[in-house]
Amino acid sequence: MTTLQLFMYAGAFILVLGVAATLLVRDLIRRLIALNVASGGVMLLLLALADRGDGEPDPVPQALVLTGIVVMAAVTGIAIVLARRVEQLDDDLEEVEQ
Amino acid sequence: MSAAALVLVPVFLPLAVGALSAVLPRRAAATLTVIAAVATLMVAVLLGIAVLDAGPVRLEVAGWAPPVGILLAADGLSVVMIGLSAIAVLAATLVAAADDHFAGGHAFWPLVGAAAAAVNGVFVARDVFTAFVLLELLTIASVALVALGGTRSAAAALRYLFVAVTGSLFFLLAVALTYGHTGTVDLARAAERADDTVIVGAIIALTVVGMAAKTALFPLHSWLPVAHPAAPAAVSALLSALVIKASIVILWRIVEYFGPLTDLAAPLATAVGVAGAAAVLWGGVLALRRDRLKSIIAYSTVAQVGYMVLLVPLVFTASDPQVAWIGGILITLAHGVAKVAMFLAAGALATAAGTSRLDGLEGTISRMPWTVAAIGLAGVSLAGLPPTLGFVGKWMLVQASLDAGAWWWLALLLGGGLLTFAYTARMLRATFNPPGDFSGARELTRPARTVAIVPLALAALSVVLGLIPWLLIEVLSAAPMGGGA
Amino acid sequence: MNDDTVTVMSALPVVLLLTSLVPALLIFALREKQTVLRTTLNLAGAIAKVVLVIVLIPRVVAGEELRAEFTWIPGLDIVFVTDTFSLFFVALSAGLWLATTIYAVGYLEGSPNRSRFFGFFSLCVTATVGIALAGNLLTFLIFFELLTLVTYPLVAHRGTRAALRGARIYLAYTLGGGVALLLGVAWLTLEVGPVEFRAGGIPEVAEFAARDPLTATVIGAVLLLGVGVKAALFPLHGWLPIAMVAPAPVSALLHAVAVVKAGAFGIIRIVEDVFGLALFAELGMLQALAVVASVTIVYGSVRALAQDDLKKRLAYSTVSQVSYIALGAALLSPIATAGAIVHMVNQGFMKITLFFCAGLFAEELKLSKVSQLAGVGRRMPVTSAAFTIAALGMIGLPPFAGFISKWALGLGGLDAGQPWVIAVLLTSTVLNAAYFLPIIATIWTSPRSESEGSDEGTFPAPARRSGWEAPASLLLPAVATALFVILFGVAAGWDYSPWVLAQIVGEGAWP
Repeated sequence: MTTLQLFMYAGAFILVLGVAATLLVRDLIRRLIALNVASGGVMLLLLALADRGDGEPDPVPQALVLTGIVVMAAVTGIAIVLARRVEQLDDDLEEVEQ
Repeated sequence: MSAAALVLVPVFLPLAVGALSAVLPRRAAATLTVIAAVATLMVAVLLGIAVLDAGPVRLEVAGWAPPVGILLAADGLSVVMIGLSAIAVLAATLVAAADDHFAGGHAFWPLVGAAAAAVNGVFVARDVFTAFVLLELLTIASVALVALGGTRSAAAALRYLFVAVTGSLFFLLAVALTYGHTGTVDLARAAERADDTVIVGAIIALTVVGMAAKTALFPLHSWLPVAHPAAPAAVSALLSALVIKASIVILWRIVEYFGPLTDLAAPLATAVGVAGAAAVLWGGVLALRRDRLKSIIAYSTVAQVGYMVLLVPLVFTASDPQVAWIGGILITLAHGVAKVAMFLAAGALATAAGTSRLDGLEGTISRMPWTVAAIGLAGVSLAGLPPTLGFVGKWMLVQASLDAGAWWWLALLLGGGLLTFAYTARMLRATFNPPGDFSGARELTRPARTVAIVPLALAALSVVLGLIPWLLIEVLSAAPMGGGA
Repeated sequence: MNDDTVTVMSALPVVLLLTSLVPALLIFALREKQTVLRTTLNLAGAIAKVVLVIVLIPRVVAGEELRAEFTWIPGLDIVFVTDTFSLFFVALSAGLWLATTIYAVGYLEGSPNRSRFFGFFSLCVTATVGIALAGNLLTFLIFFELLTLVTYPLVAHRGTRAALRGARIYLAYTLGGGVALLLGVAWLTLEVGPVEFRAGGIPEVAEFAARDPLTATVIGAVLLLGVGVKAALFPLHGWLPIAMVAPAPVSALLHAVAVVKAGAFGIIRIVEDVFGLALFAELGMLQALAVVASVTIVYGSVRALAQDDLKKRLAYSTVSQVSYIALGAALLSPIATAGAIVHMVNQGFMKITLFFCAGLFAEELKLSKVSQLAGVGRRMPVTSAAFTIAALGMIGLPPFAGFISKWALGLGGLDAGQPWVIAVLLTSTVLNAAYFLPIIATIWTSPRSESEGSDEGTFPAPARRSGWEAPASLLLPAVATALFVILFGVAAGWDYSPWVLAQIVGEGAWP
């Protein structure tokens, strides 16, 4: 197996793992982490594409990855804020019930 | 060339106004946003004239041609969708300016600016990477908009976020595959260079899955009926009418450019059609069973998405794909206009009656006839009945299905309209006076005048466009599908 | 189409539409209390339409055809024309709209939501006139569907549970029919291009049918199915008796002017001006239509027998009577064609009179059942006389209008070599008599003997001092339409009488 293939398969595997967890896990923070793992898989795939075989990596996929990372950072930020709100609401409800 | 520079306006004007709105007081932010929407509408008209004149308007941003620079182009599809976006934003912001309940907070203004810029950008983007970035901007803005619906909307917004971002990852893979296979992200070049049936098929398949998640195409729809009603009314209107259109357009674009290149496209398109058919039925049946206005309207969106993707299988089977292409675009436009009207009118009714539940709306037809009329007319357009724009779209899709001998799609088009009108009529029935009580004894909180006028104006627009749709069709035909914009 | 027909581009067909569309939109904007302005607008529109029609009739009969067209989508126009048949239908609806408007103003006096009611009332007539003037199938379809939509709020007007249920069933049936019509229209348009009505049949359709008779038959059947719902052909008639919950003027409109008539008009248009009688017969559909119409005629009459509710009995009577039109259209004979066309008017005037009277009984005396009507003739003699005239006309007795229809249809049946039509007409006449004569007898006999002795005792005395048995705005339209029922029978031979005009219209289909 070449390094390229290794990257590809690893990326795909991590992506599938992440997406599956995103869909299956209930806990919000765990879900968020799973989503980040999935995105990691995609990034890995993209980086593999940057390998043109001559040692000089192609800059375009790297730019894609960079953008993807920025997007995921923003998404994660928003998600954490929302998750905190949700949990706070749940806590409040529990207090009311008690 | 000045016409080309116009392509930038729908993207950068809302973006700038949105950024300003963040620091301006509410009234100034609202005024600016409304002005920007009007300007965008005028630009859409100018672009339409330019397209009629000389075909697609192309702009190489900052003078750099692909593959280095970014190409933006407005063809018929871009122009009419920008027009829709301007009208939807104009309507939603007019209402939100008149009554803050419809906006949900000051963050509404900058977020609407960002969303409008992103949507318009998607409509003129001609490379998959730009489309991806704008789609992400749109997702983030939309999720934040949903969260304006108060503390309880956070869970709905989060659910939306997870699905939408997962969809993005799939699309990012498609982008990567496109680049890996063709060495470019530019759609036209990629389509020229692509030669591997399987890889092109995979690009289409990944796009279909990704966009299905973002558009709420059955069976990936379950977030939408939670997220859209959770938001304030003006946001619900924008989400249903506009935001999902961005991912639909990307799906169409990929089909437009890559569809003809691979034998795998046809079965994939059929799968999209089957999902659409299921959406029409499932969304329609559930809309019939909901008890809240906003929930009914949200399920209606789930159902209508089914119609919007129906052009995908039809362009592969009809002898003249242009008819299906234009018909599908018109049905999508009609849905946009009608949905804004419906959500805003529903918001007005809910504000007045103090509840969104159907059984709390008795007698509203006597007190707020115009608002109820807006819901009714919008429903007529959604059901594809004359004399509305929805009928024009349906007519063309029916023609395309007949032409292709596609009896399943035909039955769906014909039967789905009945389902649509069934839940519209159910909403209308709920507003009639209680038997024997003609005084409308219950006092309603009357909403502002703008809140009553805007939905009706949109509903009237559906009728006007339904009676004179030829201009839209001319614009769409001037830069036809696959015209290599 | 006559060879000497001259087509003139003109805005007049559009003006005919606007005479009811503009009042409709203005009325919607009125406040509830602006009664005088609303009534003025209504009557002005109705009178303008009647005047316009009267002016147009001689011109169109002389062979002039006014035409207006607009691009809808590239290659497909919205077309309005005033050929003889369209103007015939416009005249019918304009005349009866005027009568019904006067009646409705009186009927709804003081009740709520009148702006909504009269707005949709005018839209309903606009849609009907649009159907009449439609020059091609697309335009016909647009207004046919519009008619469905604008009558829904009228049927649901009262807002009671029964009204909403009736409206829902009405909508389900008619929208279902609309689906079939859309399929048929879109299909035929795909096969032969824009389907412009042409008396005697469209050559392109004939060519297409020669090429592909099976598809042509299926399209024809789908089109008939689409219009058959509104025409209440058995077994698509179920909505009509249920829609009776609507206020009386709406029932009158539905049964005599707009909905049912639009369906019947559509049948004639499709049979004679799209396919052409000869082609329709060749495809075997004319016979099928004749059978369905005959079954409906007998079935409607039998069901009417069993109804005690007066409006329901009238509704089943409509089911039966409207199929006379379909039957006439389904016979290969010029005189039957003319009979079908003239029955549109005759049935319209007779049935509207009956509904006006039923509304009068219900409004004045709160009577809605046949069995309650005993002796009502003494309390409301004028209304009862009008009712009697219209009912006798329905049975087909001379010298009333209905006789002309039955006589023409009977002759047409013989002419077409289908003598069994006579049997259908006789059976129906016997049944008509069986469900109308008892009503007439009940009305004119003494009131129930077990009442408190006095003849007047069973009914409340009139509340007004004028001495009239009912408000003039309710009574006069009923009397007027009843007089026309006599006039159309007696004066059938005069120039511009419905029968003469119907023969002119019918000639077109027989080049």
